[in-house]
Amino acid sequence: MKASALAFQLVQSLLVLLLAPLFLGWVDQCRAWLQNRRGAGVWQPYRTLVKLFYKEVVLAHDASPLFRVTPYVLFGCMALTATLVPMVATDLPLAGAVDVIALVGILALARVFLALAAMDVGTAFGSLGARREMLVSFLAEPALLMVFFTAASLSASTSLSTIVTVLTHRGFFLYPSLAFSGVAFLMVLLAENGRIPVDNPETHLELTMIHEAMILEYTGRHLALIEWAQGLKLLAYVGLGLALFFPFGMTESGDWWALPGALLAFILKLIFMGAGLALLETLSAKQRLFRVPEFMGGAFLLAVLAILIHYLLGA
Amino acid sequence: MIPSLLPLDVVLLVLLGWGTVAILSLALPARLALTLVFPAAMAGSALLTGAGLWGLYGDAHATLILPIGLPGMPFHLRMDALASFFVTLLGAAGMGIHTYAWGYFRTLAAEDRDGFVRLCFFYLIFLASMVAVVVADDAYIFMVSWESMALSSYFLVTTDHEIVAIRRAGFLYLLMAHLGAIALLLCFGLMQQGVGGDYSFASFRQTRLEGIKASEIFLLALLGFGAKAGLLPLHAWLPEAHPAAPSPVSALMSGLMLKMALYGMLRVLFDLLSTTALWWGVMMVVLGLMTALFGVLFAAVQYDIKRLLAYSSVENMGLILSGVGLTLLFHGAGKESVAALALAATLYHALNHAFFKGLLFLGAGSVLHATTERNMAKLGGLIRAMPWVAGFSLVGILSLAGLPPFNGFVSEWLLLQAYLLRPELPQPYLNMTLPLGAAVMALVGALAAYAMVKFYGIVFLGQARGMDLTEVHDAAPKERWGLGWMAAGCILLGLFPVTVIRLMDAVTQGLLGKTVGHTAAQNGWMWLTPVAPERASYSPLILLGGVLAMILLMVVVLRSWGVHGRSRRSAPWDCGYPWQTPRMQDSADGFGQPIKQIFEAFFGLTREIPSPQDAHPHYHSEVTDPLWKWCYVPLNQGVEWLSRGIGRLQQGRISTYLLFSFATLLILLALVSGGAMK
Repeated sequence: MKASALAFQLVQSLLVLLLAPLFLGWVDQCRAWLQNRRGAGVWQPYRTLVKLFYKEVVLAHDASPLFRVTPYVLFGCMALTATLVPMVATDLPLAGAVDVIALVGILALARVFLALAAMDVGTAFGSLGARREMLVSFLAEPALLMVFFTAASLSASTSLSTIVTVLTHRGFFLYPSLAFSGVAFLMVLLAENGRIPVDNPETHLELTMIHEAMILEYTGRHLALIEWAQGLKLLAYVGLGLALFFPFGMTESGDWWALPGALLAFILKLIFMGAGLALLETLSAKQRLFRVPEFMGGAFLLAVLAILIHYLLGA
Repeated sequence: MIPSLLPLDVVLLVLLGWGTVAILSLALPARLALTLVFPAAMAGSALLTGAGLWGLYGDAHATLILPIGLPGMPFHLRMDALASFFVTLLGAAGMGIHTYAWGYFRTLAAEDRDGFVRLCFFYLIFLASMVAVVVADDAYIFMVSWESMALSSYFLVTTDHEIVAIRRAGFLYLLMAHLGAIALLLCFGLMQQGVGGDYSFASFRQTRLEGIKASEIFLLALLGFGAKAGLLPLHAWLPEAHPAAPSPVSALMSGLMLKMALYGMLRVLFDLLSTTALWWGVMMVVLGLMTALFGVLFAAVQYDIKRLLAYSSVENMGLILSGVGLTLLFHGAGKESVAALALAATLYHALNHAFFKGLLFLGAGSVLHATTERNMAKLGGLIRAMPWVAGFSLVGILSLAGLPPFNGFVSEWLLLQAYLLRPELPQPYLNMTLPLGAAVMALVGALAAYAMVKFYGIVFLGQARGMDLTEVHDAAPKERWGLGWMAAGCILLGLFPVTVIRLMDAVTQGLLGKTVGHTAAQNGWMWLTPVAPERASYSPLILLGGVLAMILLMVVVLRSWGVHGRSRRSAPWDCGYPWQTPRMQDSADGFGQPIKQIFEAFFGLTREIPSPQDAHPHYHSEVTDPLWKWCYVPLNQGVEWLSRGIGRLQQGRISTYLLFSFATLLILLALVSGGAMK
């Protein structure tokens, strides 16, 4: 049992590492279709990664060791996060090491490293991006924690495995608290992954960019790692959303017979989520930066409301 | 000698040794004093750490009565688990600070002999009085130690007394310390009232105080210890006094002395007072969280490195006091096992704060020493000139920002667990509002990360802002050892939480009758499980191992696919803009600007914004503490008005004064006869 659970963990790790760019490609492709473009195909992120990995790294003269270490830290954190989120199976053996609060902590660790690396070279855009990223995140992070707290209160646990197990067995009831926190989570997902109402992953338009401004100085394999980590982060967030709000079809780790079904369910969910994300991004416009605190404040309030509703109604 | 008495004996020995060395150092030449005082402080701290750990594991309540002091009032000393914990904290975190101070003060020793030996004297007295506060077992020696702690630290703060601003900061500190001390004096007086004992804590423990009187004692203790801890609105001295002091002294004050306030609170509220009321806990949680939010918001908009750290101390003390409040709340509701969890989390955070804030103040000290600049607007790029300081400070900021796998995360995680996994309280409104406390904590944690990115990014990263980095030197070896000790503490406290939390078992057992360590270690030393594994678990080692394994896997796979590792240096890209200057980076003000904009209501803001036609545009913005305007200034005016009124009585003529005496006599006689008639 222990060995097969570990095998499940390993399968999931490999799956997310390999699948992350594909999901990114799928979202981009859907967006291209919605915008009446042909698009570059779902495999484009892989081609970009390979190209970047084989390119030479060009470092700024003053780049410190922190700058060089950051892509690796970022990748390690995001890969671990994506590994630990229950996507296909609940009750992963390593999930006990990191509960939801620690998960937010790992994401924050990666973010702080990236923001510091952005300030390292001392360019105007770097520190601008770092400041904006921290601005978005100091509102998004508490909102994310509150979403998790609602789920934790529902299941009397902060362990992701327990939360998902409890939520899987709850049947098709609509919990008002989960509905509110679902909306809050979606807003956090958009903000933290640099998607459209907050940031646009496609442009390098100086006045509006956040994430791209931070990674302007990165090249070659460093940039590849960051892009890959970005894909892992998006996949981890989407996986988290699916696990918290649509956990149906998951299997328990060690149950090999149910694996194909669970895998199929997961891939279908991903296809839908990717298309939905692209639709959402196509339908909305990027906000002014000073609208972003209001947007994130809204997410935070919704998440707080969710937890209050949970205690008020007990649901 | 009975072996169980030994920890207290060791502490006493250290106190005696420090006292002797302190007096001796006054007569010594500076160089000799330097090589005597700081090694003595280090040796004493090592002994204290050992004695404290021994006291925690030995679980023996050693008491000692010293036949000195006032006649009929000998000094009572006692070392129980709570005292042992704080003795350990003083010793362990002190070690790094003293090592650093040994290197740091060498320039002062060479320049100003008299100033230096004074500093040595007060340094040791300060250390000794903090230890004495912890082992005191009667109100008399407690107050004596408490006051000598305040006075010696006042002299340490005003080491550079030639500067007017520092004298003012010192005066404010002295004033607040004494307001707090008066409250404490009244607090102990109230406890003594009706007992007829000898002001010993043992006699306080035996009396049961109820109702209003207990609440009065609580409020006085909150005022007295809150003034030391920097609880809102008594925090005003903290951001003034901490930057004014030499950096190792700032580290001592912020890392160690603030914890004495926590110690005093725990001692009075959980040990001496046998009762509690629910509203005490609610009040402390609310005040603590308000202090934390206030502190972190102000930290995020500072441009002076030490003020930023001082405000962050306000924030952390707020979190610690909210933890005390939470403990009190659960204790009052009779949920002792969750109260024990909250208490362990609070103590853990106190220990962590001693290490990471000590580390950051020492790091700021090295920056200050090397550049003589406290203004972030003129710093930058120091990671290239001072790699050691920058490396250790990085550990400090990651710990302070509450990021795994460092130590700050563990205690905040435990506190959040206490908020979340709380039992059903009898009051439904409390059940509903406690998660809001967790929300505020989450917000504070995220803002702390913001402030720390600002601190580190502006000071250590980027380009130098007009400073010649070739003239800036890294910390000297002794300073590096000191920084390294503190950084190692941050890392170890973060990686082995189960071992640390087991230390607190004796404390929670003594104060609440429950322990956390056994449940926390139920899945082995690697897994921290405060309640049950399926409710919450955290394993920093596996987390760290997981991240490293992922990186390793990726590197190995990429290498096997033939990805080369070549890199070359070039000018920064910056969207192709070639005329980049260091002034185009974010300044400290710029980085804090979004916080100023979003939380404008919290700040007292004065801004000068240049008009578009201005030929010499000048932007200036100043953030002031609104509590000065709302609290301190009216209070000050009130006192002045009152003293002017009293001043009118002083006519300077002897006949008037005789009239006053006569009137007083008449009134007293009337009062006495009135009493006699009854």
